[in-house]
Amino acid sequence: MSSILMHAPALVIALPLLAAFVTPILGRFNRKTISWLASFTLGLTLLLTIFIAKQVLTNGPIVYVFGGTEIGLTLPFGYSMPIRIIFQIDAMGIFMGLITAVVAFLAAIYSISYMEQHTGLDKYYTLLLLLATSMFGMELTGDIFNFFVFFEIASISSVALVAFRSTISGEPAEAGLKYMVVSSISALMVLFAIGLFYGQYDALNIATIASVMQFTQLDKIALILLVTVLSMKAGSVPMHMWTPDAYSEAPAAITMVLVAASQASLYALFRITFSLYNVTLNTITVGWIIIILGVLSMFIGVTMAIIQSDIKRLMAYHAISQTGYMLLGVGVGLAVLTNPAALESYGIKAMEGGIFHIMNHAMYKGLLFLTAGSLFYRTGTRDLNRMGGLAHNMAYTATFFIIGAAAIAGIPPFNGFASKLIIYESVYQFNPLLSIIAMLVSILTLASFVKVFHSAFLGPQLEHYKSVQEVPKSMVLAMATLACIIVFFGLFPELIVKHIVHPAVMALIDQARYTATILGGI
Amino acid sequence: MIGGMSRIVRTMTTLIFGFIMVYGFYVIAHGHLSPGGGFQGGAIVASAFALLLVTYGTSQIQSFLSKDLLSILESTGLVLFITFAFLGLGATFFYNFVSNSGGLFGTPSAIGVNPGDLNTGGTITLMNMAVGLEVLAALGVIVLTMSVASETIHKKEKQ
Repeated sequence: MSSILMHAPALVIALPLLAAFVTPILGRFNRKTISWLASFTLGLTLLLTIFIAKQVLTNGPIVYVFGGTEIGLTLPFGYSMPIRIIFQIDAMGIFMGLITAVVAFLAAIYSISYMEQHTGLDKYYTLLLLLATSMFGMELTGDIFNFFVFFEIASISSVALVAFRSTISGEPAEAGLKYMVVSSISALMVLFAIGLFYGQYDALNIATIASVMQFTQLDKIALILLVTVLSMKAGSVPMHMWTPDAYSEAPAAITMVLVAASQASLYALFRITFSLYNVTLNTITVGWIIIILGVLSMFIGVTMAIIQSDIKRLMAYHAISQTGYMLLGVGVGLAVLTNPAALESYGIKAMEGGIFHIMNHAMYKGLLFLTAGSLFYRTGTRDLNRMGGLAHNMAYTATFFIIGAAAIAGIPPFNGFASKLIIYESVYQFNPLLSIIAMLVSILTLASFVKVFHSAFLGPQLEHYKSVQEVPKSMVLAMATLACIIVFFGLFPELIVKHIVHPAVMALIDQARYTATILGGI
Repeated sequence: MIGGMSRIVRTMTTLIFGFIMVYGFYVIAHGHLSPGGGFQGGAIVASAFALLLVTYGTSQIQSFLSKDLLSILESTGLVLFITFAFLGLGATFFYNFVSNSGGLFGTPSAIGVNPGDLNTGGTITLMNMAVGLEVLAALGVIVLTMSVASETIHKKEKQ
């Protein structure tokens, strides 16, 4: 048993991959079983991720050498740089891995009922499993070319999933095309940046490149390319045009996974700036660029959200706005990276806020998208003007929506409050104006969700929605799990920040440890 | 070209078809020795399918190239690929457990300049074959679907 668990880092991507390939064969014989197979596999993956997280948080980073004679042998035959593909899992990587695992598992559970009536389910689940695999790959890999490969798999599978339900009006196809263009440009630019690294340093391993990083003119070009396209894939503001379309047209469960997928790109952005470049780059300039991207995303995202009447489009703009908080928190940390006193007094706190917000956002935005999906499942519309009085029929969905909305607006005792408070407090010491903008955005978020709640759930029962019922059990189960996590994180934020978020932040800041994990010694 | 092309093209296709297939499988099997590999060889085989579809028209070929069979082959190729990766779990995932073992594809590779021995490569050779199977089936499905779709459009335009 323990020998199999030694391979857990590989199994995390291998099991969903195997299930993805078995699904089409199984789907020929029995269509019902494939949804259960997907849920079972992703559940198993969640357990494996928790096991790895426990190991990483107690014993330090794990490496896994693919195809090597030994799991931890990063430098075979006395080489001075690694030649094989290596998974390098530190606290930050597995932090993202946990988010992915929870979100993908719940998406599969939710889909059991949500997608039951649809055709082409084998393809749906194959793509969902591939998307989960690629997200794990992006988050756990220590090899930048391997990152590119998983980045491409994520793009292709999510494009297909966004366009999965092509209706007569053709809107999902349009959203998919838009996302495809954005994804291909991003992937090309990432490949170009990797080429610049490989040409200069003859290495593809992130730790190896980091250890010999010179910050030449070419490295600056690579940095610009990577920061631009990764923040584009994360959906930050000047490059956010794909987000509302893709998020609102994809099936609800997929939208939840897409949020986590864009966060995987955000993680890559942080990994590149902190672990690959770290202090070699001008941290104040790049930090401020990320902060400005964050503030723009926060403000423009929320102002665009207020005027929407399509519930999922509204939530998509809020997703952009919330991404701004993460960029703001981590950007402040990056801006003070070379100043130990400031880093100690508020930089680390700001990063904790930003990183904690990633997890919180995945949970409450996932929950909100699932409630929007539930409304769509029962009413057949996403237009808020046509909904009303649904709290009479869908009590559970209404409750979950209140929890999600309160969390995103930063109302205690929900998790959004915890991470936003950390961000406000620490960013205030860096620059009070930024903190005030963040609070203002939070108020606007609350205003917007009060509007949604009012128009969808409150008011008298409408005549044509009299027969609407609560959604099926699997959908309620997925939403209830997320709601429980939100309340738990909101009640015990100290516990989470201390045990999961703080190690993740330290793993990002401490570049020497990251390179030493692969190359040995310090 | 719904009904297929002229007699000259048909005759030539019948002649070349086999050679293209053999060449494709050659590239797949020699993936570990020469340029190319599973993907490239699979694409060559699929191009033979495309040639058949263009020459004979969709309706005649559909009995020969079944979409169901191809998609089963596609999944089988992928499952085979990942199975070889899983079989390496004695050491690590993707570990080449066949090479240097002396059996099929297990001859130790010669060091230095040599003409290349087909019986080397271990799981690399086997995975190339799995990928080749997957790619020829997947591209086959793609060209078949495209040709069926274009035929439907043709019919609509005629009406």
